[in-house]
Amino acid sequence: MTRQYALIDCNNFYASCERAFRPELVGRPVVVLSNNDGCVIARSAEAKELGIEMGTPYFKCRAMLERRGVAVFSSNYALYGDLSARVMQVLTRFCPSVEVYSIDEAFCDLTGVPGGAEAYSRRLRATVLAWTGIPVSVGIGRTKTLAKLANRFAKKQPRSRGVFDLAASPDPDRVLRWTDIGDVWGIGPKHAKRLRAMGVANALQFRELDRDWVQKKMTVTGLHTLLELRGLPCIGFSAGPQDKKTIVSSRSFGHPVTLREDMLEAVSQYTTRAAEKLRRQRSVTSSIMVFLQTNSFRLGQPQYSNALSVPLVVATAHTPTLIRAARAGMERIFRDGYQYKKCGVMLAGLEPEQGRWLNLLALPPAHRPSDEPLMRTVDALNNRWGRDTVSFAASGIKRGWRMKREMRSPGTPRSGTSS
Amino acid sequence: MDRYEHADLPAQGWVSLVARADGFLRLPLPLAGESVPAGFPSPADEYMERRLDLNEYLVARPEATYFVRVSGDSMLGASIHHGDILVVDRSLAPRPGNVVIAQVDGEFTVKRLRKTPSGLELAPENPDYAVIPLTEETDFQVWGVVLHVVHKV
Repeated sequence: MTRQYALIDCNNFYASCERAFRPELVGRPVVVLSNNDGCVIARSAEAKELGIEMGTPYFKCRAMLERRGVAVFSSNYALYGDLSARVMQVLTRFCPSVEVYSIDEAFCDLTGVPGGAEAYSRRLRATVLAWTGIPVSVGIGRTKTLAKLANRFAKKQPRSRGVFDLAASPDPDRVLRWTDIGDVWGIGPKHAKRLRAMGVANALQFRELDRDWVQKKMTVTGLHTLLELRGLPCIGFSAGPQDKKTIVSSRSFGHPVTLREDMLEAVSQYTTRAAEKLRRQRSVTSSIMVFLQTNSFRLGQPQYSNALSVPLVVATAHTPTLIRAARAGMERIFRDGYQYKKCGVMLAGLEPEQGRWLNLLALPPAHRPSDEPLMRTVDALNNRWGRDTVSFAASGIKRGWRMKREMRSPGTPRSGTSS
Repeated sequence: MDRYEHADLPAQGWVSLVARADGFLRLPLPLAGESVPAGFPSPADEYMERRLDLNEYLVARPEATYFVRVSGDSMLGASIHHGDILVVDRSLAPRPGNVVIAQVDGEFTVKRLRKTPSGLELAPENPDYAVIPLTEETDFQVWGVVLHVVHKV
């Protein structure tokens, strides 16, 4: 049976969240501003039509926004995180396997769902809208890259009414021709520019390139993109290019986890990883979401999954603060009596570390600037001597919950990219 | 912690707080075996047969459940007072007889959905308020079905 992946993506997520509890804003243009420098970071469809560009500083467009009656919001990650967790929960309830990809996107494996992937996705879309108030678009394809491409088409083409299945299209090649090379998942702006200069301007032209040439010029990542466009799944679940808005760190366990203490250790460990990534890209985060799920393929076992977003008082990249928040969240959603297969964390509302507005009075005592050297030292030691040379006690010493392949001998390369 | 305030309330509106449905600590408390006849807990009830977790009792589907604070007194007859918290489930199909949160002309309101010979209407439970008839022209949508009221005595 051919695999059928769906990429489900919330439309103008932050703007939709602001609207979810304000019926008076339906049909009105809405923009959301970043909390540090007052730039536009989200626009409703109506605001896009007014020509408001992403990233415009507020002081530059303020007069125009007022004149046009645009509703303006400061970002509210407590709200976005909560609604994100709810959307992910609905997906997890109705799809056998779900991979949280970013605050507003998830991949679902819809292979073999009753009634076919497209009809199923339409019901899924209606359910998410009814339960959370968030409109989503669904793209379906034989690989994650094709699902991502189909999703873009679903969003841009009103006649698809929010759902597009590439495999059911009478002319899938036309959709690939319509997709600009820069919009292909996994092809960055640098490669896109080089490819365009060579006359490769869309996904279809890229798909026809010679695979050895692609591998030479664009490494194995480019090759994976090429093969995925040809319909060969190469990017497994929980892998693929990292989204810029969000950092996700999650894994399936080597064997089922039942103990609360193990789950808390695991979530601390994933938080540590996510915080390292966060500091590597010199960002801070405004919220951390934790999620867990049982193995829905094991029929006859009691199933439970949940997600909870914990907003942070001050945007931070401080591992102990993030671990504390993640553990508090996990404490709330963990229930005894289930065999858990997976847990993870997601950091959202990322901002550059430098540009943030710091209210020193609001800083929790554990997060004095004096902790920054400590974080830097921890990162430096781990970079120099290998991962987890220095780690936080919360993430455990024995780690009985680990993946089997984690029991590797030192120094062997690891597979998988989602840690 | 996970709640967000909505400051500017429309006059008829009532959403001043929406919190995540499982945003409280899970705290199973003992549940007495017998019901208490009007407030005389009997010492014999010290035997507790199971524990009650209010979240589990009040919230069937956390992802579709919202806590909402009421403003106004148009639903006193349904034991909904100003300042109470409603437990609202958005996954249920509304039926006549349900207390619902509805959007009418871009504003939230909490009323009972009623079926009359002439069609559907939103009925208050307080004689000081008017019934809202639902016609073809009404801009109307049910936002969610109210399942429980949390009232401070």
